[in-house]
Amino acid sequence: MNVKALAVAICLAAPATGQGFAGLGTEVDGFSVPQPNPTFDFPADHGAHPDYRIEWWYITANLDGADGVEYGLQWTLFRSALAPEDGTGWETPQLWMGHAAITTPTDHFVAERLGRGGVGQAGVTADPFDAWIDDWSLSGPDFDTLRMTAAGADFAYEVDLTATGPLVFQGDRGFSVKSSEGQASYYYSQPFFEVAGTLTLPEGEVAVTGSAWLDREWSSQPLGGDQTGWDWFSLSFDTGERMMGFLLHEGEDTSYTSATWIEPDGSATPYPNGAFAAEPLTITDVGGRDVPTQWQVRLPDRGVDVTVTAMNPQAWMETSVPYWEGPVHIEGSHTGRGYLEMTGYE
Amino acid sequence: MLLDVENVTKTFGAAEERIEVLRGVSLSLDAGETLALTGESGSGKSTLLHLIGGLDHPDSGSIRLDGTEVTTLDDAGRARLRRDQVGVVFQQFNLIPSLRVADNISFQARLAGRSDPDWNATLAGRLGLSSQLSKYPEQLSGGQQQRVAIGRTLAAKPPLILADEPTGNLDEATADAVLDAMLTLVRETRSALLIVTHSGHVAARMDRQIHLAKGRIAS
Amino acid sequence: MMRAGLQALLSHWTRNPLQLFTLLAGLALATALWSGVQAINAEARASYDAAAQTLGEARYAQLRRADGSPIPQQTYIDLRRAGWLVSPVLEGRAQIGAVDLRIAGIDPLTAPPGVGTIALTNGEIGDFLTGAGQLFATPDTIARIGETPDLTFLPTDGVAPDLAITDIGIAQSLLNAEGEITRLVVIPAQPLGRPPLEQIAPDLVLTAPQNDTDMAQLTDSFHLNLTAFGLLSFAVGIFIVNGAIGLAFEQRRQMFRTLRATGLPLRNLIGLLAAELILFALVAGTIGMALGYLIAAALLPDVAATLRGLYGADIAGTLTFRGGWFVSGLVIALGGTALASIGAMSKLARLPILAAGQGRAWAMVSSARLRIQAIVSVALLLAAAGIAAFGSGLIAGFSLLGALLIGGALALPVILDLLLSVGERIAKSVTAQWFWADTRQQLPGLSLALMALLLAMAANIGVSTMVSSFRLTFIGFLDQRLASEIYVSTETAEGGRLLEEFATEHADAVLPILSAETDLAGLPGTVFGARDHATYRDNWTFLSSTATPWEAVHAGTGILLNEQTARKRELSVGDPLTIGEATFPITGIYGDYGNPTGQAILSEETFRDLFPEAEATRFGLRTSDPEALQETLIYDFGLDASAIIDQAGIKAISLDVFERTFSVTTALNILTLAVAGFAILMSLLTLAGMRLPQLAPVWAQGLTRRALGRYELIRALLLAALTTLVAIPLGIVLAWALLAIVNVEAFGWKLPMYLFPLLYLRLTLLACLAAALAALWPARKLARTPAAHLLKVFSNER
Repeated sequence: MNVKALAVAICLAAPATGQGFAGLGTEVDGFSVPQPNPTFDFPADHGAHPDYRIEWWYITANLDGADGVEYGLQWTLFRSALAPEDGTGWETPQLWMGHAAITTPTDHFVAERLGRGGVGQAGVTADPFDAWIDDWSLSGPDFDTLRMTAAGADFAYEVDLTATGPLVFQGDRGFSVKSSEGQASYYYSQPFFEVAGTLTLPEGEVAVTGSAWLDREWSSQPLGGDQTGWDWFSLSFDTGERMMGFLLHEGEDTSYTSATWIEPDGSATPYPNGAFAAEPLTITDVGGRDVPTQWQVRLPDRGVDVTVTAMNPQAWMETSVPYWEGPVHIEGSHTGRGYLEMTGYE
Repeated sequence: MLLDVENVTKTFGAAEERIEVLRGVSLSLDAGETLALTGESGSGKSTLLHLIGGLDHPDSGSIRLDGTEVTTLDDAGRARLRRDQVGVVFQQFNLIPSLRVADNISFQARLAGRSDPDWNATLAGRLGLSSQLSKYPEQLSGGQQQRVAIGRTLAAKPPLILADEPTGNLDEATADAVLDAMLTLVRETRSALLIVTHSGHVAARMDRQIHLAKGRIAS
Repeated sequence: MMRAGLQALLSHWTRNPLQLFTLLAGLALATALWSGVQAINAEARASYDAAAQTLGEARYAQLRRADGSPIPQQTYIDLRRAGWLVSPVLEGRAQIGAVDLRIAGIDPLTAPPGVGTIALTNGEIGDFLTGAGQLFATPDTIARIGETPDLTFLPTDGVAPDLAITDIGIAQSLLNAEGEITRLVVIPAQPLGRPPLEQIAPDLVLTAPQNDTDMAQLTDSFHLNLTAFGLLSFAVGIFIVNGAIGLAFEQRRQMFRTLRATGLPLRNLIGLLAAELILFALVAGTIGMALGYLIAAALLPDVAATLRGLYGADIAGTLTFRGGWFVSGLVIALGGTALASIGAMSKLARLPILAAGQGRAWAMVSSARLRIQAIVSVALLLAAAGIAAFGSGLIAGFSLLGALLIGGALALPVILDLLLSVGERIAKSVTAQWFWADTRQQLPGLSLALMALLLAMAANIGVSTMVSSFRLTFIGFLDQRLASEIYVSTETAEGGRLLEEFATEHADAVLPILSAETDLAGLPGTVFGARDHATYRDNWTFLSSTATPWEAVHAGTGILLNEQTARKRELSVGDPLTIGEATFPITGIYGDYGNPTGQAILSEETFRDLFPEAEATRFGLRTSDPEALQETLIYDFGLDASAIIDQAGIKAISLDVFERTFSVTTALNILTLAVAGFAILMSLLTLAGMRLPQLAPVWAQGLTRRALGRYELIRALLLAALTTLVAIPLGIVLAWALLAIVNVEAFGWKLPMYLFPLLYLRLTLLACLAAALAALWPARKLARTPAAHLLKVFSNER
């Protein structure tokens, strides 16, 4: 079976691709569509929303090992619905995809899992919180206290996450607009996780501590039809402030940007299109692709003008739908660490 | 009378292409007599010879050889006639290529059941073929091949010998020598000889001559 | 100039339509037989590939329930949640439309690459996954299923016949197997930290991936037969074409000279001739491909039945047209033409413009040439003997076959010439003497056709002997292996224990079939545990053994090994063989035909010591009344009738398989002989024109035309009969080479050779019949030649 066709199906592609990255810009048919002024209902909204086409639970972490080495960690569970229905049995149209990675300054370990909803192989329950695919899971008594596990053929990790701040709602109180045509998603984050746990690498086990950022997002057509990829930054400054910013590619030279400024207490300020800017500084050859691995990032309104540099430029996710995802260092007007995700460079 | 031919006709081809080769020819030949049949090309002299030898059969008329009516014989009867009563020498391709000279000479006599090894040897000697007996026909010259053919005809001592331009492919000197040998031996065996030739020189050496023109006897 | 030249060249063929026909027909027949056989092989191979691809899970490790019962779906989920990357497969049969369809349900999301590989380009993955009822099958299978309102069948290549691949959810509902899984395919790369299998699913057993179960390997011997036939037929056809081209060349010698004298450069002349031949090759090749397609289509059902019965390989009984096959057929036709015209072309290149016009007849072979032929032939036959004695490897095996066949073919005219000259010498009557001499003279003109007949005969004898020997050996082998009157199987080990208990009371003897996969001298193999019983001692024959092989095995001091493993590892009786921790001396080596893997036999006790976990679910039962025992098993024990196989039934099926094999072999026998007969006919017709000057003097001296015709017929029969005298020994040597050398190299077992005099007699009669049929028309023509035609030989004048 054609893995590509499958991956595209997982990522919501209907028959024809070319509809934005991984089909995320495809027309909606029968699915619910995010509406402005949302009201969230927790803990239920931490769980799955099967009447929306795409949804994810996305954690990235910047960690320091007991061995003095810096590590990056990724754990992602994607849900993708072929139809706005749920249920049990093989014919349930809910498909799941998990991605896990550990990035070291010299290596990048990746694993991927695919699974069917309806038979118990993968899913998410809200209370108590449990998100799983196969042996990977993100679970805990509540959303502030989670244990995160994953394993691949050559790596594994088991870490505990403890929230030290509130949830942060992106865009207009959690309604995040993605294009000038009005495509949007529901989007909130938990950027205040403290992390402690163990990584298993080919060299052996390493105890790690650090911080993590969780993104929750669901929609049915999050991208505009002409949007072919994005560059997404989650930056944690040494001052305790956080910033999320993304840039959506629209054709050759135009882009749509959005950003959120997060105070150490969790109060957030959204910025509309144009306020945030990111320009590639260094292009690296990553397995034959030209990928920008150093950026000049600006949010003039907050005096941010920083250079964002990949810790390991080769952090390519060689999964069914490939992309770049890895830890970054921040220098310039502000310093700190963060994560960068880049799609559409295939 | 050995041979009596009466009013024989023969036509070749069909419809508009019909050629009347013989238009009522009569002739006769006594035992031991030699007769030359002359005429232009296409006068029908070879055809007449074929009819007499039972190689072909006429449209009408009668051919009696030694009292047997040749024209009413079936295929097997004519084959018997050729084997037992007639010896034929043609202009070319007289010999069986797969057999040696000795076997070619004795072939017809053995078929007819009257082969005489002494006579065969005599014939070979008289025809100057003694040293050629174990050769194959293709190894001989044209004159030698015709001598073998003559030897073959005489080996069975048939009452009638038919010869169709036997020296036609040979040069004059060779032709004379072959003809001499043939006439001498024919006289010794008391066979009758009917020879088709367009050479006046050859014809003059026969007892009688008949000239054929446009399918009829001219003189 | 070129156009005029081509016109002149082609005018030859309009004046000699028979020669043109010979050339085209020879080439078409050669292409037809070759391509027909190739089409059959390609079809079969495509089917194996499809079968391998369909559920190409054999190369992955798998999990099953030890007792063979279905795995609950929850066990699959438990395994996945524990980190075991496995993918479910559900298999079963269901009557769908008009077909008893094999259904394989897979989960494409978890399946490893290569399992259930189907072209989804014309389907939508969403429909496949969400129960919309998509099934993939071959167009042929779909056509036979007919209308199915609830199911959507999508045509695809690369699926085995009568198999549909679908999502596991659909398979569960079609097979009434909700929540059931037949087996789990284990993905090679597993994550770290996976708990052991016993902790999660203790009732599942892991079977290792099998690398050697390649269907093509099993069936190669069958295809080798077909290919040998195809190749020999092609060679025969090329002989015909070579003859026709050679004749046309000789007859056009004068024309070539004239063309060159009028200014056509030699290079252009050769170019024109090449163009002419390419045109013919394309025309004849296309006709041949059409014929080949018909041959293949006619034979394929029997081939399919043979393969299914003999090896369990499923191939479709219908033929698919493959473009690559057509092109390769045309290439073969072009190549064959090139091969057949090398001689004539090189002669043309060396032909002086002003050579003497008179040449010997085209096929006249001088005794000098005959001598060279004899020397080459002897050299080739000596080379064959050398290869047989010292060569090794499959290439050597095929070189041996080649040297034998070509050497034999070249020897034929020499031997026939000798025999005919003897005949001539001892002939009494003048007609007989002439007949022998004349026959000998015809020999050069007929020798190509006779060589073709020789090759066809030798191939037929060789392949028939091989197939028949295989049959006898195989039947003997079945008698040995299927000594028990009844074979029963149970689904579970528990059932096996109960059955053994029950059967012990009702049968004369119960022989459990205990087996385990193990390593045999470094090769993957199976070891069996045999109960101490006279059945084995009485029925088994060994290729080599000690005086008391079974006694040693039952005393725990010996092991029996199959031939292919012994050959591969160069083991013989007395050598030690290690199974697990224990080592035994080999006390017997036995034939094990049709099995590509290693096999060894220990006593039941020794086996149970070494493999305590193995349990018998299959049993052989000895009884004097099989029917009564079957009834007892069904009605008193409650065994399903399908779990019982009686020995007579298996043997009947096996014999039927061989009858099918024979019908294919016989059909090819007749086809190749027909081609050889055609070669004779064409040679005789070609010679007929030249023969008049040879026959006319005989006729003039007192033989009837009817008699001459009769002799022509007798001559053809005599030559055919003499050819078979050479063909029979050659064919037997060929069979020996196939059985004792090629088979050993290709499959690892040597088959004993048996001779089949009646078969050879029948083939001889067939060959004579072919020759007589071929000679009938020329003979009739000769018997009816008008006297005028014969007389024309003697003079140019009427």
